[in-house]
Amino acid sequence: MPGDSLNVHLNNKSISQNTYDAIVVGSGISGGWAAKELCEKGLKTLVLERGRNVEHIKDYYAGTEKHPWELPHHGKITQQDKTESPIQSKCYAYDEVSKKFFVKDSEHPYNQVKRFDWIRGYQVGGRSLLWGRQSYRWSDIDFEANAKDGFGVDWPIRYKDIAPWYSYVEKFAGINGNKDGLPQLPDGEFLPPMEMNCLEKHVAAQMKSKFKDRVMIIGRSANHTARVGDRGPCQYRNKCQQGCPFGGYFSSNSATLPAAAKTGHLTLRPNSIVLELLYDKDRKRATGVRILDAETNKTEEFYAKVIFLNASTLGTTFILLNSVSDAFPNGFGNSSGQVGHNLMDHHYGVGANGIYEGFEDQYYYGRRPNGIYIPRFRNISKATKRSDYVRGFGYQGGASRGRPGNGNGIGVELKEYLTEPGVWRMGIGSWGEHLPYYENKVTLNRNKKDKFGLPTLDIDCEFKENEMAMRKDMMASAAEILEAAGLKNVKTYDSNPAPGFCIHEMGTARMGKDPKTSVLNKFNQMHDVKNVYITDGSCMTSSACQNPSLTYMALTARACDHAVNELKKGNL
Amino acid sequence: MNRRDAISRVALLLGGTVIGAEFFLNGCASPDKKVGASIDFTPDDIAFLDEVAETIIPETDTPGAKAAKVGAFMTVMVKDCYDETNQKIFLEGMGKLNDASKKKFEKGFMSITPEQRKELLIEIDKEMKEYNKNKKKEDGTHYFNQMKQLTLLGYFTSEEGATKALRYVPVPGRYDACIPYKKGDKAWAL
Repeated sequence: MPGDSLNVHLNNKSISQNTYDAIVVGSGISGGWAAKELCEKGLKTLVLERGRNVEHIKDYYAGTEKHPWELPHHGKITQQDKTESPIQSKCYAYDEVSKKFFVKDSEHPYNQVKRFDWIRGYQVGGRSLLWGRQSYRWSDIDFEANAKDGFGVDWPIRYKDIAPWYSYVEKFAGINGNKDGLPQLPDGEFLPPMEMNCLEKHVAAQMKSKFKDRVMIIGRSANHTARVGDRGPCQYRNKCQQGCPFGGYFSSNSATLPAAAKTGHLTLRPNSIVLELLYDKDRKRATGVRILDAETNKTEEFYAKVIFLNASTLGTTFILLNSVSDAFPNGFGNSSGQVGHNLMDHHYGVGANGIYEGFEDQYYYGRRPNGIYIPRFRNISKATKRSDYVRGFGYQGGASRGRPGNGNGIGVELKEYLTEPGVWRMGIGSWGEHLPYYENKVTLNRNKKDKFGLPTLDIDCEFKENEMAMRKDMMASAAEILEAAGLKNVKTYDSNPAPGFCIHEMGTARMGKDPKTSVLNKFNQMHDVKNVYITDGSCMTSSACQNPSLTYMALTARACDHAVNELKKGNL
Repeated sequence: MNRRDAISRVALLLGGTVIGAEFFLNGCASPDKKVGASIDFTPDDIAFLDEVAETIIPETDTPGAKAAKVGAFMTVMVKDCYDETNQKIFLEGMGKLNDASKKKFEKGFMSITPEQRKELLIEIDKEMKEYNKNKKKEDGTHYFNQMKQLTLLGYFTSEEGATKALRYVPVPGRYDACIPYKKGDKAWAL
């Protein structure tokens, strides 16, 4: 077994120095939660992060405090950025300041069997620094979907299992929202909601009067509309992705890692690339992990009673596939053969926008880092059943008085025209569910190595007929809504992004009831190896259409509770 | 801010809906080409571009593009953010603009009066509009489109443009969803 031979050469002291109660791999949104929960429950916890350290606030000051004119390119990105990072630099959140939180594509290669835009942030906090912060609960419409239409395997949990954990994480994370009483989008423990501007209010009212089946609500986001502990409140700068010096939104760096550190039980080790899990086949337990120190290029082993994998969906998949032994020749805990399969993202980038003639005497103050949301309204009841596709989608969007486009001519007239706000515009874009297909997969390529000499990932994922049929409706319904609300010049668009680009990759180590067809049980515990838990996106059995991070948080807190109870009972 | 909003807001801010939309959404054009490292601008080039920019956004009761150093900004953007194809269009465009001045006024652009500059650039702006109307996918961007968009971007994100021609509030501190607006009130800078 890998690891055993090395152990012989280590004296007992160094083994004990490298031994913890728990190891958490990854410090992003789910790893941060695992660290907090395990530490607060008294476990000596080692968090391994492959990237550099990023300290809350201190390490954000590399541009976010600057005015646009103080940046060489006034916030825009350069040809060099595009050359070094052709994929990351396409991301909506990538700018002259926030690029510090994205990997360089040139340094972290992967292989696109089909086009897949893999957006990554390798640092303490991971992508929790960059995330879109939209936070929505799932409902039983989502947890029952696989069982009802037969795609994928059934979720081993239902809404009632996770509802108290949603409440638990929302209270700490600080999610703003309005209680809207919708069955498909359960209410949560909210900070005060943000407010719709006057055109958004108008469209919401028009929708209410013109559609029986759909409503528009204010978005629910992890921006702190009131102070949460020592965080926030949000200052409405709308520069979240650069790191917020006000702690105005939830991230691992602002919230969970400081909470974990406060217990005195946390050891955070940046620059630690986990290569593989170590396994004791007699006990059928993981004993620890082997890492590569990204600075010294030396390997080292760490040991613990329980291990949480939170390295992001594809990062965790890499670790599992790279951990081969006699017991697990096809990857760690992969007796089902499902590890790496059923890769999902959301499909988005399709919608409509238009202008509104009116409200010229209305404006707004501040830059709200949140928009409106139109929750799913397809296939949620008999009356809303579609014959052309299963599942559904939601819309995010917003209205604004942009500065006028298409300035005609030049000179004083143009200048005056451009210094006043333009007409009101509104756009909505959709986020659609991606079904779990076994053949959408990620595998290890041992022939192509990265700069550390590690294998790379082959990603082979696509959207299929169901998604394509849904997209037609996503586009048509967007236009229908805006036109019904009285917008003019309504134009539809479909930018047709590749899988990955929605940055909601999930599903490659799914939860399920049956160890033969799934990797994790209903507590995110590996069927094959009981002291390994996986609570990042790879655990997801289906994708729903809501932004998934809040669900990762709730599943993580729930799994930590289970793990600590099992430890106490001596079951791990 | 959600993603759609992010994209549309950038497009609106920069006034770019047709040509250059790709540039403004992504910062730069085609990712396939290397930066033209040899491209260089002289102080005369910057002075020339300052006057082009000032003609597009002149000084009024608020500073113009020249005071905002838009000429220098344009050169930085062309050097760092344009691919070689667009760099070439821009450089040749400076020559074309000067030639058009010579043709019309028998003097280079730097030697004609502000009124003549305005007259000339109105013509070129119209020419650009016609070009854009008939533009095929494989056609390049019109040079004046580049100059105009860089001027608007550079000016309205400059200290002079953002704080004087517009209203700039770096830390709003709150969100007021609906406030009264009367004609003549300036737009928010961001």
